[in-house]
Amino acid sequence: MFRKQAFKAALLSLLILALFLGAWSLATYRKDAPATSADAEYAALMGKGRSTGFPTPAKVGEAFVTYLSEPFYDRGPNDKGIGIQVTHSLWRVGLGFALAVAVALPLGFAIGMSPLLFQALDPFIQLLKPISPLAWMPLALYSLKDSDVSGIFVIFICSLWPMLINTAFGVASVRRDWINVARTLEVGPLRKAFQVILPAAAPTILTGMRISMGIAWLVIVAAEMLVGGTGIGYFVWNEWNNLALPNVIFAVVMIGLVGMVLDQLFGRLQKLVTYREQ
Amino acid sequence: MSMHFLSVEGLRKAYPASGAAANPPVFEDIHFGIGKGEFVCIIGHSGCGKTTILNVLAGLEEPSGGAVIMDGREVKGPSLDRGVVFQGHALMPWMSVLGNVAFAVKSKWPDWSRAAVEAHCTKYLGMVGLGHALHKKPAELSGGMKQRVGIARAFAIQPKMLLLDEPFGALDALTRGTIQDELLKIVQATGQTVFMITHDVDEAILLADKVILMSNGPLAKIAEIVDITMPRSRTRTDMHHDPQFYRIRNHLVDFLVHRSKN
Repeated sequence: MFRKQAFKAALLSLLILALFLGAWSLATYRKDAPATSADAEYAALMGKGRSTGFPTPAKVGEAFVTYLSEPFYDRGPNDKGIGIQVTHSLWRVGLGFALAVAVALPLGFAIGMSPLLFQALDPFIQLLKPISPLAWMPLALYSLKDSDVSGIFVIFICSLWPMLINTAFGVASVRRDWINVARTLEVGPLRKAFQVILPAAAPTILTGMRISMGIAWLVIVAAEMLVGGTGIGYFVWNEWNNLALPNVIFAVVMIGLVGMVLDQLFGRLQKLVTYREQ
Repeated sequence: MSMHFLSVEGLRKAYPASGAAANPPVFEDIHFGIGKGEFVCIIGHSGCGKTTILNVLAGLEEPSGGAVIMDGREVKGPSLDRGVVFQGHALMPWMSVLGNVAFAVKSKWPDWSRAAVEAHCTKYLGMVGLGHALHKKPAELSGGMKQRVGIARAFAIQPKMLLLDEPFGALDALTRGTIQDELLKIVQATGQTVFMITHDVDEAILLADKVILMSNGPLAKIAEIVDITMPRSRTRTDMHHDPQFYRIRNHLVDFLVHRSKN
């Protein structure tokens, strides 16, 4: 029953893709320029008579083949394979995210355990949370003096809040009963933290991490456009400056794919720590 | 002062006022004693503070006045000397049945080897008839089985005293009967001292040596302490043939229906 439905859904997905590609080809179909050459030249200058310049699916397909057939080449600062660019981005996201975990988990634990700390820090969190991570960029560039480190900092700051808030919330809402069990068993604070509170709050914490990772991947593209040098975001910007739209489209699809894989990864982790209560 | 194993003296609990008027204490002037190996049940209507008394005995809550003395020492905070079976079983859902009991056993004997812990847990889980479900998660168990794990967990640390907060309240009558029998068997085999909250008069008569009757809250007090004079060998299936059974039962029910109000 479910398998049958999955098959039908896959078929439908393929159909939608085919329709989309068909519509795209039709829209970018290049008609032959009409009659006289002077007029044609003029029309071309005015951007008329020819196609819109938007790449056809075939052109984009070419870009896919070229880039994916040699993902790790390196021919100077402005010409690197897509694998290298994505690796740079992932490295920044990974490092910034790891730093955010290192701060958000202990701090979130403390906030979740202590209502006093929660109330004291709440105004700061509320104020800092809605700030676009990119708004920090000038400050980061000025004080850190390194574009690479600034990118990592921006990822750190944007991943911090969802994790911090979810950790605090998860820790604060651990069932009273479980804490009481630990208390009657005279369980030490460390063991209580790691064997009772952490597993109890883990699903909430991982939800926070998943949200953070999603945001981090959104932000890295924008940050790299600003900072330049390497990374998938810079690649997009660079290809835009080259007016190589097929490459831009290729990069956009890659960004989507990597983001999807990252999200699925955290989805898996989330499933791993989720427990059934009833 | 009597030389009880556990004595409760002048216990009082009042919660801080919510508005202008001060809250009257939930209960006050609670005195009773429990001898070693005794099984004491406490009965009373909701709101008389039974659970609070149990939590104070467990050390989970602080009384507003009075003291609890166990084995010559004042109860201050929770301790491995007192095992608690919680109303809502309170099993950790991410641990297996064995893991839940092992968590308690490792707390009591941190230096035991893994094998020793496992053997000990298996023995106690076997006692409650769960030898076959060691590696299941609590979510895969029925309500009765979950409560059994809770009981095994409390017994496994071999506490000096066992505190049960209405452990069978959420179970159907059939399941409740079997677990009562199991509890009775284990208590008799181990000579465990038990303090238990219940709403069920028959359960109290079956299990208890002594039944504490609480008047209604607020300002609840101990109205009576009834000795169950029937022989200890009573069982669920034949205790209602005992000539004393209905006399005791009527006494308890009359109290709950008519006399608990004042």
